[in-house]
Amino acid sequence: MKNRTLILSALLAGAFGTVHAAEDLSAKVEKLVASSFKPGEGQDMSRLVQDETQKLCSKYRNNPPAKDADALNKRERATIKYPDGNKLMGDWKNGEKLAKGGFGMRIGAIEPDPTAKQKGGNGGNCYACHALDPKEVAAGNIGPSLTGYGALRGASDDIVTYTYDKLYNAQATVACSSMPRMGHNGILTPQQVADITAYLVSPESPLNQK
Amino acid sequence: MKRNLTVKGMAALALALAAPVAMGEVSVEEYRAMLADKDANPGFLVIDQGEVLYKTKRGPKNASLEKCDFGLGPGKLKGAYAQLPRYFKDTKRVQDIESRLLTCTVTLQGFDEAEIKKKTFADQRYNETNTDIEMLAAYVAYQSNGMRINPPLKHPAEKEARKVGEAYFWNRHGPMDFSCATCHAEDGKRVRLQNLVNVYNKKDIQATMSTWPTYRVSHGVARNMQHRMWDCHWQMRTPDIEFGSPATTALISFLTHQAKGGTYDLPGMKR
Ligand code: HEC
Ligand code: HEC
Repeated sequence: MKNRTLILSALLAGAFGTVHAAEDLSAKVEKLVASSFKPGEGQDMSRLVQDETQKLCSKYRNNPPAKDADALNKRERATIKYPDGNKLMGDWKNGEKLAKGGFGMRIGAIEPDPTAKQKGGNGGNCYACHALDPKEVAAGNIGPSLTGYGALRGASDDIVTYTYDKLYNAQATVACSSMPRMGHNGILTPQQVADITAYLVSPESPLNQK
Repeated sequence: MKRNLTVKGMAALALALAAPVAMGEVSVEEYRAMLADKDANPGFLVIDQGEVLYKTKRGPKNASLEKCDFGLGPGKLKGAYAQLPRYFKDTKRVQDIESRLLTCTVTLQGFDEAEIKKKTFADQRYNETNTDIEMLAAYVAYQSNGMRINPPLKHPAEKEARKVGEAYFWNRHGPMDFSCATCHAEDGKRVRLQNLVNVYNKKDIQATMSTWPTYRVSHGVARNMQHRMWDCHWQMRTPDIEFGSPATTALISFLTHQAKGGTYDLPGMKR
């Protein structure tokens, strides 16, 4: 995908007015979106409004110029919030539940997630994209395998902070990452992010057992 | 349609229909193996129902859909789906099979568009049978079975739909920061155990587009591309995308052009 986007940008740059072409297309996409969703019961139109980061990643098809990528990382880093007491290693058992969950935040009039059934918060959807617990075979591969994460990296403060930050806002370090900005976008609370951090890092976690 | 379900097929079919709940993540290959006999695809029943519906006089104008023009002229169904989406002069926009069916039910039969749009998809949670528009689309699409995917790209609006459709494919929005490209722009990717089509891989996207409409085993009904567009948006946590909207039509234009040259093998059968 990277290669293709590179070739594409090169082709566009070779032609006239890269930026104009991209801006023009972005405006057309915005119009398309505005004419294809309708407000009403169960809908939340605010979800269609892009923030600066989503706009940039869309326009450059996840491959922004280095200067923009740096500014993006800085901006996203500034959003990171820590739980009260700054304890970034939470309860790995709760973290395990959250990591396995895929429920929550689906909306609309057709098949919204029933909020009444949703006691422990939104699922983190980690298994959609990552392998984690070696016993769980139904694991996706959009992101890298996290099996043995803590066993391989240890549990130093640096690793714990890196992990917490990655979960809270993946784009603080990787511009236009495919990983959702879990904390920043309100999918998970700071405490829940700390719980999943413990699930990844803690030596007791099943993820770190052979 | 002249196909009949064989006895062997019916037995396999009963198995398959009982399976979805119990079997969870069974691969399409396994379902296919169970249903080795293509005649047993329950999608054929939906096509038959669609044919009856298509030829029945209905609606305030008490007319059938037999004069509907899918681009090759009124009533010319053979090969029409293989050349969709396309620009239509009467509506002055690019339409796919389903938005065109909607146009015809309104203009020929006098149905109310807003009323039909209230319920376009069967709800699999309640074991509903297919909606009228789902059955109709399955029938009309089947008239292009075995033909090459060959959407026209002459009219400026057709070029525009494809181009803006691709740009929208990369558009990230919603609380998950997803775009279609997050899941469908690389080879060999999976969400959990579900294989994801790479729309930039010619073979991959041809295999996908040539098998829609499809019978979805996990839903127990036939599904069309408008439903798949809604389903993926739902997973992206956006509001409901509108049936036959400019965005779904632009996406379907882009996807169909990516699959150009593939051969329709209908009805499909998928998880
Ligand atoms: C839509 C797919 C997706 C989902 C859902 C997702 N991730 Fe990721 N994740 C990625 C991708 C892609 C990367 C690599 C790019 C990056 O580092 O941002 C990644 C990177 C990571 C990393 C850094 C790995 C390293 O080697 O440094 C960690 C840790 C991680 N994810 C944990 C999680 C956890 C825990 C969850 C669930 C709360 C989760 N991810 C959900 C796609 C996803
Ligand atoms: C978070 C990942 C994700 C995103 C984002 C996503 N999809 Fe999908 N898509 C899936 C999954 C999962 C399936 C079902 C695969 C299966 O059943 O095996 C699927 C199926 C499809 C199919 C049918 C594939 C086939 O072989 O029949 C098409 C076409 C498609 N998606 C297009 C889109 C479009 C267009 C978008 C953007 C509006 C989109 N998807 C966004 C995950 C995603």
